[in-house]
Formats: sequence, C-alpha cells, structure tokens
Amino acid sequence: MAPLIEVTDLKKHFPIRKGLLRRVVGNVHAVDGISFSINQGETLGLVGESGCGKTTVGRTVLRLIEPTSGSVKVDGDDIAGLSKAELRPLRKRMQIVFQDPFSSLNPRIRAGDIVGEPLLVHGVSSKQERHARVEQLFARVGLRPQQMNNYPHQFSGGQRQRVSIARALALDPGFIVADEPVSALDVSIQAQVINLLMDLQRDMKLSYLFISHNLAVVEHISHRVAVMYLGRIVEYTDKTTLFARPQHPYTEALLAAVPLPDPGLKRTTHRVDGDVPSPIRPPPGCHFHPRCRYAEARCRVEAPALREIAPGHQVACHLR
Amino acid sequence: MAPVLEVSGLTTVFHTRRGLVRAVQDVSFSVNAGETLAIVGESGCGKTITALSLMRLIPRPPGEITAGSVKIGGRDLMQVDEATMRKMRGSEIAMIFQEPMTALNPLLTIGRQISEMVMMHENLSRRAARDRAVEMLQHVRIPEPERRAREYPHQMSGGMRQRAMIAMALACKPKVLVADEPTTALDVTIQAQILDLIGDLQREFGTAVVLITHDLGVVAETAKRVVVMYAGRKVEEAPVADIFNGPLHPYMRGLLASIPRVGSARGLNVSPDERLQEIPGIVPPLNELPIGCAFNPRCLQSDDRCRATIPPFEPKQPDHFAACFQV
Repeated sequence: MAPLIEVTDLKKHFPIRKGLLRRVVGNVHAVDGISFSINQGETLGLVGESGCGKTTVGRTVLRLIEPTSGSVKVDGDDIAGLSKAELRPLRKRMQIVFQDPFSSLNPRIRAGDIVGEPLLVHGVSSKQERHARVEQLFARVGLRPQQMNNYPHQFSGGQRQRVSIARALALDPGFIVADEPVSALDVSIQAQVINLLMDLQRDMKLSYLFISHNLAVVEHISHRVAVMYLGRIVEYTDKTTLFARPQHPYTEALLAAVPLPDPGLKRTTHRVDGDVPSPIRPPPGCHFHPRCRYAEARCRVEAPALREIAPGHQVACHLR
Repeated sequence: MAPVLEVSGLTTVFHTRRGLVRAVQDVSFSVNAGETLAIVGESGCGKTITALSLMRLIPRPPGEITAGSVKIGGRDLMQVDEATMRKMRGSEIAMIFQEPMTALNPLLTIGRQISEMVMMHENLSRRAARDRAVEMLQHVRIPEPERRAREYPHQMSGGMRQRAMIAMALACKPKVLVADEPTTALDVTIQAQILDLIGDLQREFGTAVVLITHDLGVVAETAKRVVVMYAGRKVEEAPVADIFNGPLHPYMRGLLASIPRVGSARGLNVSPDERLQEIPGIVPPLNELPIGCAFNPRCLQSDDRCRATIPPFEPKQPDHFAACFQV
C-alpha cells in the first residue's frame, strides 16, 4: 500500500536580510532536506528541541509556508507545485491542530461558528446542515451541544483544544498535523486529549504527524518516530526500536535527559553538554558533533547521510 | 537537625471584583539544610502564590497574606518591616523564576546585575563585587565568565540566562532558594544540565531548596520530600519514595496514572496501546470552589461526606499525610 503522505527531500530556507536594501546575507536552514512517509491510520512522531525545525516541517507539509524545494505527496498528488486555487480542494484532506488553544481560536466568534467555518468555506451552504454537522462534531470530541453558543474564553484549556480538534475534523480529513497539541495543557488534562486523539484515529483511520518535544507523549501515541536536530532527521524508526535501542548519540542523549517519575531509578547514562547551536551557522560536518561524546575527526568535516542500518531503522551517524 | 525553613499556616488571599479568592490556605511545611522540598500541582493550585508569599512578593492590594509564619533560622519573615525584608531577600532567601528573560533587567549587563545585588548586601567595593559576579558565573559553569559578565541578557541562550539567574540568586549564599518552575521553559537536555547544577550548588552551599513544579519526573529526580497542592490547599505530603510508590490521595493517584512514561515501549509497566487513565473534569476556578473537598466533583470515590466537609489534613501512615476521608 502506498503511504498517504510522502515527503521527499523537503527544504525550507528562511533568508536573513540586513541593511537598508534588505539584502540577503544568509539563510536559516530551518528544514534541510528531510524525507518521511506516513501510512493511513498511522502516527509519525516528530521530536526535537526548540529551533530544530519541527514546527516548520509541519507547516511546510501543509503548505502553510512555501517549501524552498522538495515534494510533498498527499495520496499520490504532489502539492508542492500547485497554485493556491488548485490546492484548495486538497486542503479538505489535511488539517492542523495548534499548540496554544488560547491564540488559535478567534475570541470573538462562537465555538459553533469556529467549527462550522471550514464547512462554509468548502461549500456547505445550508445552515441546518452545518448546524447538524457541528453538533455531531461537538459530541464526537466530548463537548456538549449547548456549548456551541459559547465564546472561546468560556472554555478551559482542554475544552478549547477539543474545539480545535473538532474544527480540524469538520471536513473529514485523512491527515492531521498536531503541533504540540498537549504541551500547553495541565497534566491531568493531557491524558484526556491524548486519548481523544487516539480514539479518533482508530474510528476514522486518521494519519497524524505528531510534533512534540515531550518524549513520553510521543512514545505513547506514535507508531514510528523521527528525531530532528538542526533541520535534519538524525534517526527514524518504529517507536519500540527507537526507545529501546536508540542508535544516534543525540537520541541517546535526549532519552537520558528525560526525568523519570520514579525516585528509585538511578541514572547510568551520560548527560549531554552545551547548547543547541544556532541554525544560522550550524557546525560543519555532523551538526551534533560539538556536543557528541563519541565524535571523531571525520564527524567534524563530513555530514553523515541518513542510511538504513537495519530494516526500517535509519540513522545519520558515521559511527553506526 | 533543625529545619532551616519553617512555614506554618500560610494563607494568602486576593480581593478581586468577583469576590475573595483564597489562593493559598493553611499551608505548612519545613525544609532542612541541603534538602529539596518539591511543591507539585497544576495551574491554579496555588504553588506559585505560595512561592511569592515566602518572598513577601505578593502585590498588595489586591493580595494579602492573612495568616501564617515563614521562619528562617527562627526569624519570622512575616513580622519584619519592609526594609529588613529587602535585606533578607538575597542573603537569607532568594528566588529563581520560570522565565529568566522577564526576571533579568534587559538594560544592564549580567555582571552589573549580579554585582549590584552583591553590593547591596555586603560591604564590597565595585571591583570586588565585580570579581564576585565573575566568580559566580564560573561557579554556574558559564564558559568564558569574564566575557559573559559584559553581555546583556538577550545575548545569551535560555539555558545560559537561567544559569545567570541562579548565579545571581546564590551570590550572597542564601539559606533558602525558592525555584519556581526553573526548567519548564527549557529544552530537555538543558533542563537536565540545570537540574544537575542546582543539585551540585545545593550540596556545596547547603542551601535548602523549595522547588515548585508540575513535572513529576523532575520531582522524582530532585526532591527529598513532596507536598501536593490542589485548589490552594495541601492534599498530600510525604517523602518522595512514598509519594511515588504509594500515593494516597485520589488526585495524586490519578495524576501518576495519567502520565505516559518513557520506556513503556520497552515493555515496562504498560502495553503500548493502553489508554491513559484520565482524571475527569477540570481544576475548579478558585472563586468557585465546590463545597466540601475541592476535588470531590472529579473524584470517583467521593461520597456525601466529601461533598459536605473539607477533609482534615492528617497522618495516614508514618510520615505520610493526606487530606481525604477515603484513605
């Protein structure tokens, strides 16, 4: 079966402009040639620290920002070269849920209208029909139909995220980019939203690109995981392999840094030193080498390619 | 060993247009030298207001500390005048915040901010204070401290700024450090570095740390003792191992069951497709608390008594306290 989403060598460079003439003096290589695929009904987790480009990946895949190069195929159709008008019908198939439910909902529009708006945009003009569909969506995400008349500020954080999810579901998409959807929520509310996302996936055969910095959440919800560092994927495999036998030194360091809610455990692994370098001037060779405790001379000059070290397990490291 | 910090019956309220908001009610705890006490809870549980109350940084009006004492080495911070309190902030008790960018002055160099604070507390010359600032930056493992001292906060990364704030907080060797979500804004690899740093400095200086956090992983790694807060009150308190291995209060039990854990894919604890346990409902707003136990509308075990009376905070096991009728 062909994957639902197929991303090949995606690049997004943001120009840095300086001076009176706003001349381009350099580029931020936010996304620097990454490829991945997502099957129907599958969740791909995309993890990495701030500034690694994971959010840019999510938005470029949906063409909310224009890619510099590369192709994005949705169900076989390459959307990278399409005009805005050509893209519009395809937008129904792919939606996004943002991190911050406080800034991604218009405070002056009633929740019911927020969820109904995609229907209006995509040609469901009968008011009754929209109302019925919105009511159904509210029930699906665990909100009461009476709440359709409420404004966003009358909802709690978790309920707002349910409104965002209902809006994303309105057009019956096959693919949803979830960009840190639970990061702004309290711990006891996170579980509610994660469970909802997983239930929806099972019932509607949804595919998710689940972007998060929270490794525990990613491990719980994903089928496969891609780890990003400074614009590149450094490791890409199924979740069990990734969390049980990480092969890239960065993945290893990332996992070692997560504090575990178990006071009996003693740390055995090494901590990683230093900060994430600036994506404007990433280090030469392997981007991770200044922080890597295994780095050799070769790592400082030659960027390792992402290659398969075992079936379905890709790693970008000279030493594996 | 006598505790360094003794808090008893701390109560802080806010007078708002929507009525009286009881943000912190009757909170007591104590911390020994060199130990960490974690206060955990979700947004709105009163943990940050507790921290600010310890520092006497509650804006008045609308806020007011209406009862309680905060004793450091036997001296009650609630009884001293403002001038004395100003002297004690920094030398007796200091605080670090979640977002270093908002706590540091963007117009002053890092070195200047630290030396200014040292000069306020100790009779040092400008040069000596400057040297102390550089020494502190070195202490918090900022590379090239001489150069960094001449930089402004915006020139530093988030992790570096947090280190600088720790350097400033510890420059006068306070007995108590209040850390309010010190790593929440940081990436996970940087968080690990900062937690290690706080631990090392704490051992070196013997500082008592009050760590405010919502991250149970951070609690398990750093704390000796844990206080769990819900809707402004303590609901559970015990040594860290007892809290994680045998939580008593239904809220804490639910919280621990609701977090996904790294390592479950390796076959630890849960099968991968298992649903997370949910705590139904939401944290109630502090001005609309339910009658009785504040947790009762979300609690599966609640009965008529829970809906009528606030359960007393009492020992349930040796050195393990909880406020619940059902345990």
